[in-house]
Amino acid sequence: MPADRISLHPRGLRALARAGALAAMLWLSPAHAVDAPPAGEVAPTVAADPRLEADVQELAHKLRCLVCQNQSIAESNAPLALDLRNQVREQLAAGRSKQDVVDYLVARYGDFVLYEPPVKGITLLLWGGPAALLLAGIGWLAYRVRRRAVESAAVTALSEAEHARAQALLAGGAPGDAPPSSANRESRS
Amino acid sequence: MKAKFLVPLFLFLGLAGFLAFGLTLNPREVPSPLIDKPAPAFTLARVDDPAQQFSLADMRGKVWLLNVWASWCVACRQEHPVLVDLARRNLVPVVGLNYKEVRGDGQLDARGMALDAETGLAVERARRWLGEHGNPYVLSVLDIDGRVGIDFGVYGVPETFLIDGNGKIRYKHIGPITPENLQQVILPKVEEVRRAG
Repeated sequence: MPADRISLHPRGLRALARAGALAAMLWLSPAHAVDAPPAGEVAPTVAADPRLEADVQELAHKLRCLVCQNQSIAESNAPLALDLRNQVREQLAAGRSKQDVVDYLVARYGDFVLYEPPVKGITLLLWGGPAALLLAGIGWLAYRVRRRAVESAAVTALSEAEHARAQALLAGGAPGDAPPSSANRESRS
Repeated sequence: MKAKFLVPLFLFLGLAGFLAFGLTLNPREVPSPLIDKPAPAFTLARVDDPAQQFSLADMRGKVWLLNVWASWCVACRQEHPVLVDLARRNLVPVVGLNYKEVRGDGQLDARGMALDAETGLAVERARRWLGEHGNPYVLSVLDIDGRVGIDFGVYGVPETFLIDGNGKIRYKHIGPITPENLQQVILPKVEEVRRAG
């Protein structure tokens, strides 16, 4: 895909550049800076009813903008995001439920518009993967811990002879080869 | 069990394989859920005569391409000669969907413009552009507000849909069509759809 397929959001880019400059100057968070309506844009409409507008915003934050893929349609300034926001607002105002609106967009743009992927066959690994990895990790750890316990139990069990030798060593005797004396060690340093 | 120390290596290689495959994918190409579904119905004014309307149903029984374009779209210029060539060879009819001709143009302030005025300007701009670059379309229709574009899941211009005789979308091409795309993918698909019925 050539890089010049940005035709849908020349304004978005410019607005972003402007917002970036603004953010650098004023130390604003970029999320706030790009909220400014870009020049030449059809003025962003806002529903008169604040509760409806809150619903619109809530939904818009859950929907991905297909042009600026890491932004929701609430954050993005791409013309398409604006169109989709207006669609959401219009349809909610017409009395359709949030689920209706989500279905409407999914039917056109696919699951990709959802920031939270739905649980279904193809996303099973995505949703279940972390839990499966965690369980596998716990299982492996339990196995290793148990095996180490068995191994160390086998090591700690001393034979009669070993036991006697250890006792002798602890008592200060030198059966067989003597350990290096402290005098030897000091003379080396 | 002597080769146990190699296990992390193979895990790494597996992961690297997946990641390498991921690099070959293009996240900009979002698969359309509309493939093999009926194309969304629309009725829009024609560019050549805005008094006349064109409906999806008018193409029933034909295998055709719906190409989304606009005069402000840079990538469309790259694609256009391919479409002109396709039209000259008379292989498959192409209908143009002129997408947000006026309000999609970043250079233009369409705020507060009346719909009539916007339509008039869109017609003028679209015709001028087709006059300059050649007109490969059987006809073009005006999607002034981009609503039909949304119905088709358009998220960038150009995009091209292959629609069969029953009005079903059979294939979607995202981005400009290159001569290679046309020869190796689109025309074989057209043939396949034609054979299927």
